[in-house]
Amino acid sequence: MTAHVTSVKTYLVVFGALLLLTLATIGVAYVDLGAFNTPAAIVIAAAKSTLVLVFFMHLGREDRATAISLGAGAFLLTTLIVLTIADIIARITV
Amino acid sequence: MRSDATADNVAHHFVDAAQQRDAATLGMWVFLVSELMFFGGLFTGYAYYRSTYDAAFAEASARLDILLGGLNTAVLLGSSLTMALAVRSAQLGESRNTARMLLATSVLGIVFLSVKAFEYAHKFHEHLVPGGTFRFNSPRADQVELFYSFYFVMTGFHALRLVIGFVILLLFAARAARGHFSKGYYAPVETAGLYWHFVDIIWIFLFPLLYLLGRHA
Repeated sequence: MTAHVTSVKTYLVVFGALLLLTLATIGVAYVDLGAFNTPAAIVIAAAKSTLVLVFFMHLGREDRATAISLGAGAFLLTTLIVLTIADIIARITV
Repeated sequence: MRSDATADNVAHHFVDAAQQRDAATLGMWVFLVSELMFFGGLFTGYAYYRSTYDAAFAEASARLDILLGGLNTAVLLGSSLTMALAVRSAQLGESRNTARMLLATSVLGIVFLSVKAFEYAHKFHEHLVPGGTFRFNSPRADQVELFYSFYFVMTGFHALRLVIGFVILLLFAARAARGHFSKGYYAPVETAGLYWHFVDIIWIFLFPLLYLLGRHA
């Protein structure tokens, strides 16, 4: 087990990027993008989460068992959200 | 082979420190996946009602304070930075620095919770808390109340996790200060870090979905 130590500079750069993306998500909220305001907010939040997962939580350096558990969680969550949204979209309003 | 420095910290049912660390990491991730499903259910419910009552949710969201929400986002991101630095110090075996960074993280956690408490108090004052005292002057008041139900449940459960994280950080800061962790044994700090970062990620999604609706109108 070799511990990989990330440099302080990398952590600071990631933190700076996270703050900039926070400003971006606030800025985008004030621009009328029609139906794309929410997707834009979610894309920015996903980008921020990816930064936290990769740099702060060191995702990608887990062993196989952890990777499988994470994959299962991601699959279940995607199923839950995608099927629910598909139902909302396909529902016929009377 | 076990090294002498870590042998004391390896429980008898593990082969070595590396296996113990992998098991701890796996356990925390499995727990986080269950947390993900818990919040995933809330987010899905939110998505359903948001798509059904879009206008009311936008009207309700406009009453939340972007400045306080944005400040809290920055505070929580900062706490993730200090948490990452705490794990880094632990990896390098710098006990004092680890304790200091864990303490800094817990202080930022308290700052977040204080701002949240201030926001909650303000919402009580404005009669925006769902229940008997809820008052909102709009034809869509019932749907606005629904938004605030989501707001309090989601941010409330998030805050609860921060409170738990705060206690863990303080305990670990004390352990780090007494030199309980070393280069060969820092998995507790690392898994506490995973938990804290996860709570940060939940907020990363809560902030735009609760605070930033209908701002362009």
